[in-house]
Amino acid sequence: MQLALVIDPGKCTSCKQCEMACAYEKEQTFNPAKSRIRIFDFHEEARFVPYTCTQCDEAWCQQACPVNAITTDHASGVKIVHDNLCVGCKVCTIACPFGTINYNADTGKVIKCDLCGGDPACAKACPTDAITYSDVEQSGFEKMKAWAAKTDAAAQS
Amino acid sequence: MHYLVLGAGPAGVTAAETLRKHDKTAKITLLGGEPEPPYSRMAIPYYLIEKVGEDGTYLRQQENHYQDHGIDYVHGTAAALQGKAKRIKLTDGSEIQFDKLLICTGASPITPPVPGLDRDGVYNCWTLEDARHIARLAQKGEPVVLMGAGFIGSIILESLALKGVNLTVVEMGDRMVPRMLDETAGVMLQQWCENKGVRVMTKTMISEVTDGPEGLTVHTKDGDKLDAKLLVVAAGVQPNIGFLASSGVEIEHGILVDHYMRTSVPDVYAAGDVCQATDFSTQKAEMLAIQPVAVEHGRIAAQNMAGKVTPHEGSLNMNVLESMGLITASFGLWMGVEGGDSAKMVDLENNRYLRLEFDGNKLVGGQAVGLTEHVGILRGLIQTELDLGPWKDKLLKSPERLPEAYIAVSHGII
Ligand SMILES: Cc1cc2nc3c(=O)[nH]c(=O)nc-3n(C[C@H](O)[C@H](O)[C@H](O)COP(=O)(O)OP(=O)(O)OC[C@H]3O[C@@H](n4cnc5c(N)ncnc54)[C@H](O)[C@@H]3O)c2cc1C
Ligand code: SF4
Ligand code: SF4
Repeated sequence: MQLALVIDPGKCTSCKQCEMACAYEKEQTFNPAKSRIRIFDFHEEARFVPYTCTQCDEAWCQQACPVNAITTDHASGVKIVHDNLCVGCKVCTIACPFGTINYNADTGKVIKCDLCGGDPACAKACPTDAITYSDVEQSGFEKMKAWAAKTDAAAQS
Repeated sequence: MHYLVLGAGPAGVTAAETLRKHDKTAKITLLGGEPEPPYSRMAIPYYLIEKVGEDGTYLRQQENHYQDHGIDYVHGTAAALQGKAKRIKLTDGSEIQFDKLLICTGASPITPPVPGLDRDGVYNCWTLEDARHIARLAQKGEPVVLMGAGFIGSIILESLALKGVNLTVVEMGDRMVPRMLDETAGVMLQQWCENKGVRVMTKTMISEVTDGPEGLTVHTKDGDKLDAKLLVVAAGVQPNIGFLASSGVEIEHGILVDHYMRTSVPDVYAAGDVCQATDFSTQKAEMLAIQPVAVEHGRIAAQNMAGKVTPHEGSLNMNVLESMGLITASFGLWMGVEGGDSAKMVDLENNRYLRLEFDGNKLVGGQAVGLTEHVGILRGLIQTELDLGPWKDKLLKSPERLPEAYIAVSHGII
């Protein structure tokens, strides 16, 4: 069974617990700017969208990396950045069509969601179940993945 | 079936792996023209600043990677292609017979016709071998001149500056990276570099290199004399196609390929810097010469070679550059299209700039200076050709709301 972050924007209230949890898990700070997941607020429409890496099948970030610093864990499908190999060239940050892998000037490396090694802090912190970690084939995230496929220069295998 | 992949850069390595993925039994030979394991030119700047060792530039990190994938990685330099006989002649006189050939021999630096460029202390920065020489000579405080501030020149500039050399860059054009950045961004970048202690000379040319007290004296056409220990030449590249003379492979600037990455000779394909393939934005055959495109070409060519028909719809031109902390990026038709709309956010004080170019309701290009969060969204929006609907007007007023626009439109919040 392959688990994934399942995001239901309809349930999100923009409480930002996920951003805090992520920033604390990854950077030991409660500064949401350090989070790998971000809530986009559309106040006028009263819609809130949690946004992070979809661990997409195409993995443009991985394909573009010149030194093999991003690999896929075959059991979980998660794309992981290996800091010891990353040279900080940022090519992955322009290759990911979602913009969900970002450069961290403090470390000279890139950061992205790695599902916290299988126990994502954001999902645990979410009080409304807008973010869960489960195996449901859920429409929102699947739709985003479908968007990703459109970025390709050719049909993927 | 014997697939021969000529050239062991990112295009060649990706192609060899993709061939193996789709054909479990074929013989696959990957021929590389340099002595090292397949490596990435892109990683050379990071080797220069000692962020990684030589092994950190290797394209694949697992030991025995090629062996494990049944790929024979061999060394040699192609001298001639005999397309009808399906044979490659090597410079050492040996021959390799193939059923299908992929040419991904990349490009080599151009040496401009300037007297004195054959002197000791003058190097390109293109191969690991070049990099070893530069690493030796570019010591802290030493005077170094860089010829060319194009994309590759500017990447090298960053490493040389970080090494603490006393750096002067000489660029023929009126600004830095003229083919990637507009005037606003190019001037911002130049001022930034000058503030960091790099001397940037534009609109002038190196006319001669002679002996000098530090080793070399670099003369410009305006009469400046620059003493230097090292001159790095980054004056553009040209495709490695010499061995294709009289092979029948059709060439314009690079090897011309069709939508399936086929050349004009049957069973011969091409990919990467050496070829001229469809650009997503112009739908014309262009030389993009960037790493992600080389990988994309390699994968698509290999799929077609292995019988998995995959048309190439066009690759997007995109670049990202860091210069002593200032990060610039450009995508697609950043200079705009006729009759299209343009939105700009300029913040000179904080060195931030965002320019978006639209064709109707679609984003077709963009540039960013000093903005890195979610920058990949520019690619996403351009390549998915998403109709921005009412968000286009919002972006014309506030281009920095781009990530919101992408998420809103892709989630139906309009
Ligand atoms: C310093 C530097 C920095 C760069 N930075 C960036 C960057 O930030 N972003 C980016 O997108 N791109 C960057 N590039 C460009 C990028 O490296 C190239 O686009 C990419 O390497 C192209 O891949 P390729 O496989 O087509 O060719 P190459 O990587 O050039 O590989 C060609 C291979 O063919 C071999 N070969 C050549 N001729 C023969 C022959 N006759 N017989 C046998 N083998 C032969 C060569 O030895 C080599 O193995 C940079 C390049 C340099 C030099
Ligand atoms: S960072 Fe982007 S390209 Fe990489 S796996 Fe995540 S969504 Fe895909
Ligand atoms: S920034 Fe790091 S992970 Fe991203 S492409 Fe460059 S080396 Fe690979």
